[in-house]
Amino acid sequence: MNTLAAILATLRRATGSITGAVGFTIFVLVILAALFAPVIATHDPDALDVMNRFAPPSAAHWLGTDHLGRDLFSRLIHGATIAMSVALSAIALALAAGTVLGILAAYLSDRGERVILILFDVIAAFPSLVLALAIVAVFGPSTGVVVAIVALTMTPHFGRVARAQVLTLKNAPFLEAERILGASGARIVFVHLLPNIMGPLVVLASMDIPVVITIEAGLSFLGLGVRPPLASWGTLIQDGYQFLSDSWIPVVVSSLALALATLGFTLFGEALRDAVDPRIGRER
Amino acid sequence: MTDPAAPPLVSFEDVSVVFGGRVHALDHVDLTIARGEVLGLVGESGSGKTTLCRTLIGLTPLTTGWIRIGGAPLIETMAADPLGFRRRVQMLLQDAVASLSPRLTIGRTLEEPIAIHGLPREAARRRLDGLLARLGLPRDIVTKFPHQISGGQARRVGVARALMVEPDLIVADEPTAGLDVSVQGELLNLLMDLRRDLGLTYLLVSHNLNVIRRVTDRTAVMYLGQIVETAPTRDLFDRPAHPYAAALVSTNPAIDPKRRRRPIVLGGEIPSVVDLPSGCRFHTRCPVAQPRCAVDVPAEREVGPGRRVRCHFPFSLAPTAAADALLVAADAATAAAATP
Repeated sequence: MNTLAAILATLRRATGSITGAVGFTIFVLVILAALFAPVIATHDPDALDVMNRFAPPSAAHWLGTDHLGRDLFSRLIHGATIAMSVALSAIALALAAGTVLGILAAYLSDRGERVILILFDVIAAFPSLVLALAIVAVFGPSTGVVVAIVALTMTPHFGRVARAQVLTLKNAPFLEAERILGASGARIVFVHLLPNIMGPLVVLASMDIPVVITIEAGLSFLGLGVRPPLASWGTLIQDGYQFLSDSWIPVVVSSLALALATLGFTLFGEALRDAVDPRIGRER
Repeated sequence: MTDPAAPPLVSFEDVSVVFGGRVHALDHVDLTIARGEVLGLVGESGSGKTTLCRTLIGLTPLTTGWIRIGGAPLIETMAADPLGFRRRVQMLLQDAVASLSPRLTIGRTLEEPIAIHGLPREAARRRLDGLLARLGLPRDIVTKFPHQISGGQARRVGVARALMVEPDLIVADEPTAGLDVSVQGELLNLLMDLRRDLGLTYLLVSHNLNVIRRVTDRTAVMYLGQIVETAPTRDLFDRPAHPYAAALVSTNPAIDPKRRRRPIVLGGEIPSVVDLPSGCRFHTRCPVAQPRCAVDVPAEREVGPGRRVRCHFPFSLAPTAAADALLVAADAATAAAATP
């Protein structure tokens, strides 16, 4: 109950600024679009109407149609579902893996810690696009592969923060007190340590959502991610780009959707970070 | 108060703790704590008081030596029945507020012992209610968070948490640190009442010599990881035998003007625990050091009833002899330093 109140108070602080409020509004709109895409979309996103290709915006097709006559608005809305599901599942995976590895690194012996940190460095040093090409070459392009690639490249990010958090708390008196009471290691980590390190990790996750959205769009644009019939923002831009000489509308509209969503999430993430810890970020 | 013939509840036998092969935190410590006794532990910061506490609660492993609790080696008790060991020995941490989990209510923190030790719910709850009342904590404190309560309350919550498991021995690290004087007094009275009612034994660490003097039966003085003097508290304050103990005691202002003496100010800093002085640990700062002190390590020896001293030339136990001798020596040293 208290946790809920604390979350609400943080939200209120985050949306106090104009940028925070704008970011939060876009965040909510995209989430709603993603959740209720079938209801919001005016057409079946995959319904072809070749006679009606490159139609300009009208009452029937709010944003016009693409090169196969599919309704662009409906495809964009469904694109939000793809973007959000990829972003959220990839970040959830990276957050979980990073937290576990970070806690392990902080508690393991020097050698174990070094192994994990080197692993982080190797992953972080590897160009993610080259990694993506390699993985796609082996497994073929699919949504699952995009999620796996993004989760892999994001894990060190969360792992390092988790480790740093644990290191600052590891010898905190309240954890010592639990040890003196006889609490098991699992109890100390899950009941007492975890709730105290999650704040910065959640903020980091919210700031990584726009990054993942652009990575997904980028991979899909290059044909390494979501496969064509599915409406991802990246494939929409790719389709529009191919037929740019026929109509400029699809590529501009899809790019705007991607840019707006990314901007909204970034603003919201930054406002959230400032609300959770006003010290970080300000001096930049 | 305590029967000297009875086997001690706790005994340290030649305990040493060396960190990283070179930091000598504890050096050949021998110490006993009788059942029902309040043993005080004093010494400068860095003298090993906290390490000694941590070895006793099993958080810092010994490099050599044994600690026995109730006759059984601590290390075996911990291995055989870790929770049982925790139910015998509890500790009050120095920073009371920080020792409470910041995201848990006081109520949930106090229920931790019940969950960890699987105490029977009904009885434990009744015990908790009784303890809250006994410790003078308001009932609604269980709904509060650590940052919403006072330092004195946080102390008492810590005491309640420790007492939930009905320990025999409580290690209290600076229990009065950060409390104002009236609250200090209340807390000490409370701790002593609990000792009487529950038959507790305390190891009490403090910088505050008045606290030590008021509540402890015996006192051990630590210097650079060694125990330099152990004596009944009253004797130690009246007639310290070790020069370091004498200097320490002399800095504690007496209320009675007739007993007030000049404080003996020791020169220099406490030496590093990495690069220990040869011979007697204290000879670099001792006002009455002799050539022998720089060479021979003094052994601990009995100098009176219940008194053990680690010094080649302990003061005679005549009242004030120690302080006078020290003052003369200290003055001589100052004069020597003043003349080029």
